[in-house]
Amino acid sequence: MADTTVPAPSFAFADAFDRVRRSSEYVVIPLLALLASAVLFSLFLLALGKNPVDFYSLVWRGGFGTSFSWQNTLVRASPLILAGLCVAIPARLGMVVIGGEGALVLGGFAAAVTAIPMVGWSPAPLTLVMMAISAMAVGGLWIGFVGYLRHYRGINETISSLLLSYIAISILNFFVEGALRDPSDPNKPSTMPIGPETMIGPMPGTSVHWGLAAGIVACVAVWVLMNRTTFGFAARITGGNVRAAMAQGLPVGRLVLVSTALAGALVGLAGFFEVAAIHGKANASLIAGYGFTGILVSFLARHNPLAIIPVAIFLGGIDAAGGLVQRRMELPDATVLVLQGLMFVVLLVSETLYGRFAIFKSKGA
Amino acid sequence: MDDVGLSTVLLAMLAGAIRVSTPFLFVALGECLTEKSGRINLGLEGTLVFGAMAAYAVSYETGSPWLGVFVAGLTGVCFGALHGAICKLKGVNDIAIGIALMLFGTGLAFFFGKGYIQPVAPRLEGVQLGSWSTDPSVQKALEVNPLFLIGIALAVVMWWAFRNTRLGLVVRTTGDSAPAALALGINVDLVRFLATAAGGFLAGVGGAFLSLYYPGSWTEGLSSGQGLMAVALVIFARWNPLACFGAALLFGAAGALGPALQSIGISRGYHFFNAAPYLMTLVIMILSISPKRSLRGAPGELSITK
Repeated sequence: MADTTVPAPSFAFADAFDRVRRSSEYVVIPLLALLASAVLFSLFLLALGKNPVDFYSLVWRGGFGTSFSWQNTLVRASPLILAGLCVAIPARLGMVVIGGEGALVLGGFAAAVTAIPMVGWSPAPLTLVMMAISAMAVGGLWIGFVGYLRHYRGINETISSLLLSYIAISILNFFVEGALRDPSDPNKPSTMPIGPETMIGPMPGTSVHWGLAAGIVACVAVWVLMNRTTFGFAARITGGNVRAAMAQGLPVGRLVLVSTALAGALVGLAGFFEVAAIHGKANASLIAGYGFTGILVSFLARHNPLAIIPVAIFLGGIDAAGGLVQRRMELPDATVLVLQGLMFVVLLVSETLYGRFAIFKSKGA
Repeated sequence: MDDVGLSTVLLAMLAGAIRVSTPFLFVALGECLTEKSGRINLGLEGTLVFGAMAAYAVSYETGSPWLGVFVAGLTGVCFGALHGAICKLKGVNDIAIGIALMLFGTGLAFFFGKGYIQPVAPRLEGVQLGSWSTDPSVQKALEVNPLFLIGIALAVVMWWAFRNTRLGLVVRTTGDSAPAALALGINVDLVRFLATAAGGFLAGVGGAFLSLYYPGSWTEGLSSGQGLMAVALVIFARWNPLACFGAALLFGAAGALGPALQSIGISRGYHFFNAAPYLMTLVIMILSISPKRSLRGAPGELSITK
């Protein structure tokens, strides 16, 4: 009707506007879900006789209010970014991998084990590179195995990855409480320390380690891989319909293996940074739940690698504020877990809203 | 290892299999019912943990462990009903919801359970089935919990009901083909909702066993994956309640291997044996699933086997 009379340049403008409007659905609905979960969590706190306003202002202060809390937040965000990618990459192929925790733990363990014989004679950069390589290799093999089982043996990746996660934690405990335990450390069973001279320092001008930079670079690289290469295109087709992808002659098996191995390598790298920049050795502190929060990160980001960065910072901030909330409001440390779980449930409920609002639909459709 | 050591280990494993298998059995039967109706609930891990906490708390506050078991079941119904209600919505993935409820349930259990880690609650009493023997270790091995016996009875009843009752047919039809069920005038969503809620009840009871009988206290590390292993167990058991019982015993024995070896002084590699049930689950899945053919007995509507 009237559209036919509009000159061409306005077409382009209307087109772009339409695209923004349609894609804004993917931002508005998750934000609505977050708002709804905040309201529900407030009711939960009120039912317990706690003041929700106190809670949210403490979360703000503990996570984002000061430069100190920002640094704390970013230190937690960096493993969350990589753990989120571990869920997001296989998700493009239609797989739900939830065992990032195990690959992170084993990656960190592999990094520490690699460093032990090298400390003392090898220059620190060489040691670090070898540590990072072994962490990524172990993580990649670990989640890659999940992909192998999925494609070649027909085993559900959600279950196998979580089982492997428990096995990974047992392997870490087996070694740090046995053969590889540092006898000079009476407190917590750990491997030998990699030593302060090997450890990664903070990025200049901050107290945040380089893992954050690595995570951001990885997000951009994965975004390019998934949206601007034939590999990503093939992966998305496979995620849409495996049979159609096979009928097209796409190498589905290889796509699955490469994607899962890449996902595992990245979360293994998170384990490397936890050891090389934070703990200085491998011990049970590696089992911090980043792998599980990473699932929520990826789902909240709708498996979009670029959206993972802000979402990981957001959830890292809530995590960082946990201690403050615990002390000031006398709430258990699991409060953060309850909030995260609630967000996850509400977020998934909100999936049913897609396509229901006319405002997000393109004019022509 | 001499003969005495071996028989001690075998006896300890038998005892362990009976003890450890009960939560597996309950979760597996619950999951079996849910999956027969065509839905998968991965959130039972969270239900199990929350059930364990609720049972322990109620037992401590009221002094009645059986009330604790019942309340644990009710909390399981709530989680199952939540899962069932959310899955009914269009465009929602049942596996993802399961993961979310697993994290949510575990978080809630840790939140409310903080105060119950220290106190000692009254536990469930065992039934002596080994009084015919003079050997105290045999007697100890055959001290079974009533829940174990209830679980066996339930497995038999479910097996019979799936085959011989109208209700069983309704559940199976719903799980095999939603359009066919619809054509028969069955309310598919309602059947699945009820099956998930009932499955949640059983998982909650399984959790109560963990905190009130064996290991018999509430800690945050109480369940590590039993709820999830039970899902794999149901696949292994080919959705047959009787086979679920056998598989639960097998899983129980695997879980009892580490403590059994510890009982004769082999404590090296404790963590390795800790990993045995997970490893066994994985190996069993690899051996029993083939990508080339569909699984016998698998409900046709199940997303996990499609």
